Amino acid sequence: MAAVKKPKLAVWKFASCDGCQLSLLDCEDELLAIAKEITIANFPEASRAIVKGPYDISLVEGSITTPHDAERIHKIRRMSKCLVTIGACATAGGIQALRNFADVNDFVSIVYANPAYIETLNKSTPIADHVFVDFELRGCPINKYQLVEFISATLNGRKPNIGTHSVCMECKMKGNVCVMVSSGIPCLGPVTQMGCGALCPSYNRGCFGCFGPMESPNTKSLAAWFERLQVPSDDIVRMFRGFNAYAEPFRKESEAHEK
Amino acid sequence: MTEITLPDKDVVVLERKNFQGLLDALSDSGYELLGPIVRDSAIVYERIHAVDELPVGWVDVCEPGKYRLVKEKKKTLFGCTIGSQSWRRFLHPPTSKLWEATRDGNGFKVIQPEPDQVKRALIGVRSCDLAALAIHDKILSQGQYIDHSYQERRRNLFVVAVNCVRPGGTCFCASMKTGPKATSGFDLALTEMYVSNRHYFIVEPGSKAGKKLVDKLPVRQPKESEIKAAQKELNKAASGMTRTIDSEHIGKLLNEKFDDPHWEAIAERCLACGNCTMVCPTCFCTNVEDSTDLTGQHAQRQRWWDSCFTVDYSYIHGGSIRTSVTSRYRQWMMHKLVYWQEQFGMSGCVGCGRCITWCPVGIDITEEARQLTVKE
Repeated sequence: MAAVKKPKLAVWKFASCDGCQLSLLDCEDELLAIAKEITIANFPEASRAIVKGPYDISLVEGSITTPHDAERIHKIRRMSKCLVTIGACATAGGIQALRNFADVNDFVSIVYANPAYIETLNKSTPIADHVFVDFELRGCPINKYQLVEFISATLNGRKPNIGTHSVCMECKMKGNVCVMVSSGIPCLGPVTQMGCGALCPSYNRGCFGCFGPMESPNTKSLAAWFERLQVPSDDIVRMFRGFNAYAEPFRKESEAHEK
Repeated sequence: MTEITLPDKDVVVLERKNFQGLLDALSDSGYELLGPIVRDSAIVYERIHAVDELPVGWVDVCEPGKYRLVKEKKKTLFGCTIGSQSWRRFLHPPTSKLWEATRDGNGFKVIQPEPDQVKRALIGVRSCDLAALAIHDKILSQGQYIDHSYQERRRNLFVVAVNCVRPGGTCFCASMKTGPKATSGFDLALTEMYVSNRHYFIVEPGSKAGKKLVDKLPVRQPKESEIKAAQKELNKAASGMTRTIDSEHIGKLLNEKFDDPHWEAIAERCLACGNCTMVCPTCFCTNVEDSTDLTGQHAQRQRWWDSCFTVDYSYIHGGSIRTSVTSRYRQWMMHKLVYWQEQFGMSGCVGCGRCITWCPVGIDITEEARQLTVKE
């Protein structure tokens, strides 16, 4: 390995909270090993030292919400061999995509003292709506083990072992009791992609859908069951309108329950 | 339906107050005890030590997609039927490392995991789960392809079965001919009796190890009336099940319904979440994954429970062959009730009803089988 040039990694931020890129720093035990195998070339959250592109791997966090960002992402794509979106913002538009269900100007006038200075797009959109994306890491935030798995797989030229099936499978393998069946707690696990280790159901909470829609989400059937559990329509709308509100299956389901 | 009877010899009575003695005798013989306990509003199988850890006085109420525990006045130990998940996780764990390897010069060195030699005693296995155990024995330890880790764990197993005197709400073992009384595959089988404030167990040894254990316990001969009372309870349980599958004809009947439009109707409700396969005591499909660490110096092969409901499950060169949920549900049900018969000479369904209870949207295999085969 020593003779081979170390791959260069860059981390980019768009409209987001920084939580996903911090998952890289959160790798703690694996961080030194990562730094040994790759050059962290552009990661302002970690270091001011910036190595010029092109980059072998670009981790892109955040959604596109401004005309400036809509241009910037193309530049990043041009200097990245492999572009990976990390987190619900980059893969689905994030919580800020709630603006997509309303008129953004209404928000601007309420939030900002001088709305005239605000230049924003009507919609918050995922990176894949703008450029080609090589791989997606889901979650709000992403799971650090999935991040390390992706980097390990890329370094060793293999396919990452990252599933697209339901949270339920992780939940059952862990030995959890289904919160919906045993306690009537509405849970998005059956329509949500695995990756979090069934975090919320492990603490007796229903799944919030942080990892977005699984490979074949039957949101209609699940929402019909929520109705049987007497979940009010407003709540069903809110459940599907979380961090992945603009992911198509969740968006359509929330719209179907809107009065 | 054939009358359920208890054998006329070797059967003894263990009083409730001596039940801890049974657990102690097993512990003293070096067994790790696994039994039903209440956790997160349900019955789960976990490590136990004492009789009061059992779900004393609890009863489970099961419906499609719904499970509740209810406390009863009767302080039964096994008033609940089956656990929310099956016993298979102790013999065929959800994840296991098959081997790992480290780089060694130009090659690599393979490290085999230590064999699991823990002696386990399963306390409270129901006849449906015994039937499932027999299925796994045949497939995983007696066939052409042996799963050595399963075989190892199975060899060290002691099984204390409990006959069902109350069927669960989603049970249909009587129609699958797997219960409610345990007929084979156990070391001891208990029938819990709670009549006129008397609480005792009819104990039936099913193996040499079982007989040996009984010899260590303060048991007595049963009275004829006690045997009769137990038999009455067991027969009542068998006739009390509301769900049925015509296990004799279902294979042939379903096989003719491959293109039935009802599969589409099921797929409209099916979430393809895989819960039914995770709770099923006979499912044994796994995925095998190779991974490396960041340095590329270490690799390992991991096996984990897979499900025929994932898209990846049917991935072959070029893509997945079961992209529609219709095809995935059909594969699951047809495998259980039709193909299993052709493959292994038995049914892949034991009638435990877990897939009905724990389906998040309450899809009922008995009802779907009825819809598919009874209607014209």
